[in-house]
Amino acid sequence: MKQQKTSLLRNNAVQTLLASLLCILLGLLIGYIALLLINPAGASEAITTIIKNFMTYSKPATQLKNLGNTLVKTAPLLMCSLSVLFAYKAGLFNIGAAGQYVVGAGAGLYCALAWQLPWYLCLLASILAGAALGAVSGLLKAYCNVNEVISCIMLNWISLYAVNTLLNLVKEETSPYTLNLLNTSPGSALPSLGLGALFSGNKYVTIAIPLSVLVAVAVWVLLEKTKLGYELKATGCNKFAAQYCGMQEKKNTILTMAIAGGLAGMGAALLFLTGFEQWQCTQSSVPGMGFNGIAAAFLGGLNPLGTILSSYFIQHITNGGAYVDKTMYSAQISDFISALIIYLCGFVLFFKFTLNRWLDRRDEKRTKAAQADPQKGGMAE
Amino acid sequence: MEQTYAIEMLNITKRFPGIVANDNITLQLKKGEIHALLGENGAGKSTLMSVLFGLYQPEEGVIKKDGQAVQIRDPNDANALGIGMVHQHFKLVECFSVLDNIIMGVEPCKHGFLQKGEAREKVIALSEKYGLHVDPDALVEDITVGMQQRTEILKMLYRDNEILIFDEPTAVLTPQEIEELMQIMRNLAAEGKSILFISHKLNEIMSVADRCTVLRKGRYIGTVSIQDTNQKELSRMMVGRDVEFVVHKEPAKPGKTILEVEGMTVASKAHSNNAVKNVSFTVRAGEIVCIAGIDGNGQTELVYGLTGLEPLKGGKIMLEGQDITDASIRKRSTMGMSHIPEDRHKHGLVLDYTLEDNMVLQRYFEPEFVSKAGFLKRKAIRDYAARLIDQYDVRSGQGPITVARSMSGGNQQKAIVAREIDKDPELLIAVQPTRGLDVGAIEYIHKQIVAQRDAGKGVLLVSLELDEVMALSDRILVMYEGEIVGQLDPKTTTVEELGLYMAGAKREGA
Repeated sequence: MKQQKTSLLRNNAVQTLLASLLCILLGLLIGYIALLLINPAGASEAITTIIKNFMTYSKPATQLKNLGNTLVKTAPLLMCSLSVLFAYKAGLFNIGAAGQYVVGAGAGLYCALAWQLPWYLCLLASILAGAALGAVSGLLKAYCNVNEVISCIMLNWISLYAVNTLLNLVKEETSPYTLNLLNTSPGSALPSLGLGALFSGNKYVTIAIPLSVLVAVAVWVLLEKTKLGYELKATGCNKFAAQYCGMQEKKNTILTMAIAGGLAGMGAALLFLTGFEQWQCTQSSVPGMGFNGIAAAFLGGLNPLGTILSSYFIQHITNGGAYVDKTMYSAQISDFISALIIYLCGFVLFFKFTLNRWLDRRDEKRTKAAQADPQKGGMAE
Repeated sequence: MEQTYAIEMLNITKRFPGIVANDNITLQLKKGEIHALLGENGAGKSTLMSVLFGLYQPEEGVIKKDGQAVQIRDPNDANALGIGMVHQHFKLVECFSVLDNIIMGVEPCKHGFLQKGEAREKVIALSEKYGLHVDPDALVEDITVGMQQRTEILKMLYRDNEILIFDEPTAVLTPQEIEELMQIMRNLAAEGKSILFISHKLNEIMSVADRCTVLRKGRYIGTVSIQDTNQKELSRMMVGRDVEFVVHKEPAKPGKTILEVEGMTVASKAHSNNAVKNVSFTVRAGEIVCIAGIDGNGQTELVYGLTGLEPLKGGKIMLEGQDITDASIRKRSTMGMSHIPEDRHKHGLVLDYTLEDNMVLQRYFEPEFVSKAGFLKRKAIRDYAARLIDQYDVRSGQGPITVARSMSGGNQQKAIVAREIDKDPELLIAVQPTRGLDVGAIEYIHKQIVAQRDAGKGVLLVSLELDEVMALSDRILVMYEGEIVGQLDPKTTTVEELGLYMAGAKREGA
């Protein structure tokens, strides 16, 4: 009965990490090949530019400032991926993170620009708006058995045009964009608490970044350590068993979607309340942030802490793409490369499966060898 | 004697990391015989069959077909050698017809168009030859489980398989269907097919098999001729010790009324009639009341109504004098109702949860396991699970942290029984508590149920197995078409009389 030391490769977290890294490498490789096909001359330079992102600048101060920009956009992506992940753990596919993000942006910006409310109330409004929209999908699922994917997709579009209409009331007269937040209502902007100074005075770096990381930790704690997490996951894994043991599975479904929606709505606040972007009231496609959240959630191995890294990575290459020489490649090239990597994220599970198969074979060979060799030791009993 | 074996598996050894699933096992199947493969859950039967079917490659040993060594690398090889299998869980496309399911994979085609006419004739001919009575044009979703199984059998026959493997085929059947299946198997063997019959039901093996090979914990115990053996010997070979078939229990000493049901009516999901019609009965402390009946006569809905999984259409339920007709499931549970559900995978377990998380499924909200702030007390849960595992002998790979899905059916059931009994209920509702289990586990669970009764609890047992009904109950209520048609005393009644009530041929007061 000796305790066999299990291989480190058997560890689930290690496996996920390895698989994710492998996906990233493959994505970059295929991206590189695509770049070669489009324009061989600039491929190497372009791919290194994408990977280097802010490192392309030589001055450390500029590097820091641009790292700050990447981080500013990482925070909302992280929130969206947490939203997707949270619902997924409870057995629901929240493709509506995009729409919840949109209504979060609408509510937060309207509170800020129309009523000049303080930042925490704007943040709260975003969370509540996202949660309410999520709850709608949850209600439909719980009481009318409407598949959440269908209702979410439809709500995404309803949200987009509703928010466009709403924010039209607070837009600049000469452009399709909403009023500048920092000029119109400085009190509604998220406080920096001196974080901006750390990034060479990047005024968009605010508490949003540490806040999103804190929420990731909180989501992990909620799912793994609490009674609520236990119930929600049980409902997601087997709603009949949840019902059998007296959990209120309908309530849990609605609650799950509301929390997921709140997370996505908060994500929007963490971006738009920094003033980094203004809402374009004429946009006719749902912002990709919510959809990228799906990719970040899977690349992060569906672990809240893993998504911190995966969200950063996806944002890193997306931002890096902006530096690619536009005379050689079209502007969409960065989206293209990140899309490739995101697409390959779907293979994380496949790689894990292959790795396990390989480990099984190796172990089998080893036991065989071990039994063939010191046979006498085993026969002694 | 040579050359009479249709299939020989000689000295098969199959190892998995950390476990030898098959250790030097030999199985020889004669032409035209029904050969039973007997063993407890986890004895290595499935692994051995997977080796034969090409799903696993053995490390050692040879497989011979008609005396020739063969290599079976995948199920296609197995099929080419004439080996077919009826899996425990059928592999049928529900929305296809019987015929479409049978020809799937070997569709007769001409220029890319299906030629079903010939196939249809062949299926009908086969169906008549072996007495299968299957309608080739019925949709699989519309036919009974027994018919679905016959579709699986026809699938093998259509492919001209000579060696037919039946993996626990009776687990899903009613007593009548089992009898019919036995007859079909005899017909097949008489026509020269060789049958491997995997089972742990001794009476079925005794009635249908010619020879029996017994496995225990991955090892080959022996092959016996059914003529020269008996149930006692087989069970001793299987479990490794003597098993008591008779449940020892003192006469019941019924006390106060625990459960009182009055005029209970539950709607049916399948049809517009009520599934349970105006049913009244009581369960007292210290007695085992058994609901007997053929599957589908309203037992499931009766239990759903009692436990709160379905709302009542009419009637009243009292638990220890309190009206619980409209109480929530959680309320009923905390008031002292335990429920061992009929379907352990659907209701009983969260399969993707660990064993320890499943062990507290009915108690996780109690202060013992959760803090006021809503955080789970992981250590308390681990300790509690470890105690139950130890006390109720639940076996698993990694103890409390084993994922429930990876456990054997018997141990999953033991875990549920442990959880529900340790809750210290006033009323234990056990539905088919021993379905699909081997004799060792059945004996154990029966003892636990009797122990509950002797501890002064009320027990309501719902069972389709007549042996179980007769062995355990203090009072039998027979359900037929949603009504209780008779109340019998197991000491004075016979299985035959019980059968008449169950079939609706006899009823009290009518």
